[in-house]
Amino acid sequence: MENQLRLDQVRENQEVKVIEILGGWGIRQRLNQIGIHPGDKILVKRSAIMGGPILVRVRGADVALGRGMTKKVIVQEI
Amino acid sequence: MIRSHSHDKHHHPRQPHSRHLQIVLIGQPNCGKSTLFNNVAGYRSVTANFPGASVTFTKSHVRIFNRVYNIIDLPGTYSLTSTDPAAREAQRYLLTQPIDVIVNVIDTSLLSRSLELTLQLMDLNIPMVLCLNMVDEAERKGIEINTEALSNQLGIPVFKTVASHGIGVKELFRETIKIAYSKKVGRHIRGNRDVELVIGRLSRFLKQSLHHPFAYSRHLLATKLLENDGFFETQIRKVQPELIGEIKSFRKELSRTHGRSSDEVINTERHALSMSIFEKVATFKKPKLHWKDRLDSVLMHNVWGYVFLLAILFIFFVLVFKIGAYIEKPLLSFFSTLSAAVMSRMNPAALFTVILKSILDGIGGGIAIVLPYLFPFLFGLSFLEDIGYLPRVAFLMDGFMHRIGLHGTAVIPAVLGYGCNVPAVMATRILESPRDRFIASLVSTMVPCAARMTIIFGLVGYYLGGMVAFFIYLLNLVIVALSAGFVSKLMPESTPGMMMEIPVYHLPQLKVILTKTWLRIKEFIIIAWPLLIIGSVVLSLSDYFHFTRLLNLMISPVTWILGLPVQVGTTLIFGILRKELSMLMLFQALGTRNVLSVMSHGQILVFTIFVVFYVPCVATLGVLYKQVRGKDTWAILLYTFTLALILGLLTRLVASLIW
Repeated sequence: MENQLRLDQVRENQEVKVIEILGGWGIRQRLNQIGIHPGDKILVKRSAIMGGPILVRVRGADVALGRGMTKKVIVQEI
Repeated sequence: MIRSHSHDKHHHPRQPHSRHLQIVLIGQPNCGKSTLFNNVAGYRSVTANFPGASVTFTKSHVRIFNRVYNIIDLPGTYSLTSTDPAAREAQRYLLTQPIDVIVNVIDTSLLSRSLELTLQLMDLNIPMVLCLNMVDEAERKGIEINTEALSNQLGIPVFKTVASHGIGVKELFRETIKIAYSKKVGRHIRGNRDVELVIGRLSRFLKQSLHHPFAYSRHLLATKLLENDGFFETQIRKVQPELIGEIKSFRKELSRTHGRSSDEVINTERHALSMSIFEKVATFKKPKLHWKDRLDSVLMHNVWGYVFLLAILFIFFVLVFKIGAYIEKPLLSFFSTLSAAVMSRMNPAALFTVILKSILDGIGGGIAIVLPYLFPFLFGLSFLEDIGYLPRVAFLMDGFMHRIGLHGTAVIPAVLGYGCNVPAVMATRILESPRDRFIASLVSTMVPCAARMTIIFGLVGYYLGGMVAFFIYLLNLVIVALSAGFVSKLMPESTPGMMMEIPVYHLPQLKVILTKTWLRIKEFIIIAWPLLIIGSVVLSLSDYFHFTRLLNLMISPVTWILGLPVQVGTTLIFGILRKELSMLMLFQALGTRNVLSVMSHGQILVFTIFVVFYVPCVATLGVLYKQVRGKDTWAILLYTFTLALILGLLTRLVASLIW
């Protein structure tokens, strides 16, 4: 589908909708537990330098996600 | 206000062992469980503003309304399916220990997500109370929860609290105790029919085929098996491995009908259920903006964030050094005057005088040299922990940490290590992979703890100046980073990376910080101080009977390599017991407070650097042994000793060029 991208490619202050979580059981569990599921809307607040983490806001909580993890999250800009 | 629907009357197979009621506090990380616990139990569980501040459970007998209860404060967990050892501890406790009532603590502003844990807890069929904590913060964010509606939805009592100020706590516990005695459990909340159908069929299948009783409901067991939870699967494998094949076919069925893996189906289902409950009970207003919301635009900024990080650490360092030195000087002169005054009236050769002097020196050393630095340092560290700065540091340092083979989360144990290595090694439990935990444990033990800080400040800072002390900290950082990088090269393995909640800043109460500082200083006073005085006496006795010579001779290879006076040898042994002892015993061993009259500047530096890096203290070795395997403990021991020897030798060479 068009304009789908990985979470680490989203620019700061952009709101996105989660389309799919790639990766295995562990990463799915962890992302689900912190409140990220397919269909959820999240706001990318900050993207750290030096391949550092991405700060996202999910339903009122700020969560720092490591770069590797964000590459597994496919999103769509809204 | 409270309407409890009692559905299920079947008794829990886990009968309480204790005559006291078992009250368990559970909730997602950083929701304020320990704050609530401390509010009823007195300050016993160390709290802080970062997820994972409690990695083990704290149990306490508490007297409420004139009766004694057992309150258990479990580590935070997002789900009954655990992904790290801290959460696993909570999961195991909930599934296997006798519990009379659960207090599910929730950060009210994160209710929608927290309900996912609540739904799983309700499946345990244990009486439960919901505690909507930090309601003040939620209201500021514009979230209002209708407790009555929520209570109706779940069939359990719901209370609003602000645990940090003790608001609503009494009412919460009064009802908790009532519910525990009534043994009423909440409603059985069920989701979508087609998913429930599969869960129900698996549940019935387990009822027929499983001959082994489990301490939790079959609905929970079936759900968790469909969710691919390793813990539950292992339980089945242990008793009836032949059932696994059939369980897998249930998973396949669920996955086939829904077009994704069975664990995703269950999770999505639970998520949808939580959302629908949340939407029925929550109303939203416009949030009030606060300084807390703007602070991160500076402190987590790509440039300013690092500037402030360095500035904060530097100011912290300077403050501790200045305050410590300011207090140390008058105290030192007081104790040496006192000691001299006492000694002048005694026969210096008598054994009694020798013992008395060593006791006086032991007490004086503790008060005059250790406490002046320890207090401001631990106070400052507690402040940074409680205000919520540590997760920000983890965020800023994640990129750098990846270069040395770790990730941002490992910053938390490392920073705690500056206070004391023991809780630091324990804090590595917030990491998922054993490899990360091992490397983070190594890092945590190499970081100079508060005890070593007093040596750096008390010796190097005092005799060579603050800048040299600062240099030791920098050198330590570089060596620690290189060591971590080196070890992770030996253990190449990709790990999941960081996932950490960045909590809202919280202006800590002075009372809480002081209590926490006191708890940590008490450690020094009740463990280190007696040891110090005993050590001091032992040293003077062994001196008196010429036994010290033998010890020093044994350690002379080390002192010879480092170019230190032979008398220093025994102090290195004492340092393994408690790091501060190295310095305080040094004064004893040399027979003077004025170290400079016996040792050169270079020797002081060599001694300090060796002491900072060589083997962790006994207490740290103890937790290390529990945390990583025995073999790895030996590896860390050997590594740090060799490293300290090499660094000491190098310092000696460099020092000989300067002085």
